[in-house]
Amino acid sequence: MRIDAARGHIFPVTVVCIIIIVLWYLAAIPMNAVVTQPKIDAAGGGLYNTLLFSWNHERPVLPAPHQVAQEIWKTVFMVAPWKVKSLVYHLWITLSSTLVGFLLGTVLGVTLAIGIVHVGSLEKSLMPWIIASQTIPILAIAPMLIVVLGKTGLPDIFTKASISTYLCFFPVAIGMVKGLRSPDKLQLDLMQTYNASAAQVLWKLRFPAAMPFLFASLKVSVAIALTGAIVAELPTGAVSGIGARLLQGSYYGQTLQIWAALFVAAFAAATLVWLLGSFERMSWKRMGAKP
Amino acid sequence: MVKTSYPPNHNMNWGGEKVAENVITARDLDLTFQTHDGPVFALSKINLDVAEGEFVSFIGPSGCGKTTLLRAIADLEKSSSGTLTVNGMAPEQARLARGYGYVFQAPALYPWRTVERNVGLPLEIMGLDNQAARIQRNLDLVNLTGFEKKFPWQLSGGMQQRVSIARALAFDPKLLLMDEPFGALDEIVRDKLNQQILELWDRTGKTVVFVTHSIPEAVFLSTKIVVMSPRPGRIVDVIESRLPRKRTLDIREAPEFLKIAHRVREGLKAGHSYED
Repeated sequence: MRIDAARGHIFPVTVVCIIIIVLWYLAAIPMNAVVTQPKIDAAGGGLYNTLLFSWNHERPVLPAPHQVAQEIWKTVFMVAPWKVKSLVYHLWITLSSTLVGFLLGTVLGVTLAIGIVHVGSLEKSLMPWIIASQTIPILAIAPMLIVVLGKTGLPDIFTKASISTYLCFFPVAIGMVKGLRSPDKLQLDLMQTYNASAAQVLWKLRFPAAMPFLFASLKVSVAIALTGAIVAELPTGAVSGIGARLLQGSYYGQTLQIWAALFVAAFAAATLVWLLGSFERMSWKRMGAKP
Repeated sequence: MVKTSYPPNHNMNWGGEKVAENVITARDLDLTFQTHDGPVFALSKINLDVAEGEFVSFIGPSGCGKTTLLRAIADLEKSSSGTLTVNGMAPEQARLARGYGYVFQAPALYPWRTVERNVGLPLEIMGLDNQAARIQRNLDLVNLTGFEKKFPWQLSGGMQQRVSIARALAFDPKLLLMDEPFGALDEIVRDKLNQQILELWDRTGKTVVFVTHSIPEAVFLSTKIVVMSPRPGRIVDVIESRLPRKRTLDIREAPEFLKIAHRVREGLKAGHSYED
């Protein structure tokens, strides 16, 4: 059953991958023309020279996929992970503040949701602020938050993580408000007939009922937590982290470095989402969901 | 326990040997819902006595307030005026004292809990001891031994509703309130469950209040049938059934059974229940 399902996925995904790679290779030819055209001409032109130079330039405008792959191979597997040249090192820097921010954001979001569900006035007073908080462009608020928090003497990781927290708590709060309110009237009435306390209703009914909503929110928020951590590295002039690699890459025109960092970040995000998906499936199994 | 202040003389059980204690007493009970379209008179001038050990059915068309009356007894709705006592107390006190078990129209099982943990839910909440033994005894009572580890989705609708009955009985309340518990089930399953619930009632000696819109179901199960009518929700007839306590489905062909069913139908007609 599972293998069939996987097979059903693999084919369309592979097809899309191949199409993207082909388009990418094609796009590299005109996009790199600025830097490669003189060399192609000097070598006598022709299809062979065009492809050779377009796809193997040292500092291309758009590197070809295999160049990015080589760069990733070089910086991930050929360098000790604790060296500054290693992408693993930079990824770990970013990932650690991502996870701290994600955890804080989740706790904040769940706490807000519990408050909103139980105290009627909190919904009216907090909800508009929660929503307004997300209309502010993160790029505008990130430098201010980081400067302000930097002055409080908090460890650096919390300063950076605050941006992730800021982005994360929102989907969790919204999802959990909906989730904690998802039990139907009969399930709630039942608790009332037992004269159950609010805490008992929360733990034995509202929380388990909110689990599907929580996982959906967590998958969204873990991905944006990573974005937040990268954004947080930009205004600080950080020297390490995926954000720093992106920034340095664009300063020095190291497109390969940028693309490699981008791909590793995307891969990390996908892994985090996948991990949460596995947790979700495990908890479904424990909660006896219909397979 | 506080004695009720209304010991009416028909408060004899149909055996007539002893005067049974009143479990539910309602006097001039009104319940009005305030809606945007003005007040809805859900219950009007309800007078009712339910003695210990009785099996009482509320029957009537939708909108007659039968579920509202049950919910008022359970303190899930508040009455507007009149008096209502449950186990000799105000409904709220009775609820706080966990004086009744309630079975809803739908099983309302928690899907993430196994059968045994669903039945154990009230025990956990009330912090009672001997949970495993209580769960076992009540699952046995509804013939579901062996299904402890199953999850609700693995059971049929009828079995789910039996789990919810076991759950309502788990903490051994004296009073069992059932709100159209078999309404969503097919006729064959319903017949079977009706027999089982009668056996259960006979074995446990609980007082049962049962809401239904099925005339045969009401007559088959009850020692007392309360016929209700809508707009405003009111009681139009109270029928004391003389059918024997132990009944089989065959009794539905008996003349006495048909006579009672006829009287229920007449009551519904008199209350304009058959009109639009």
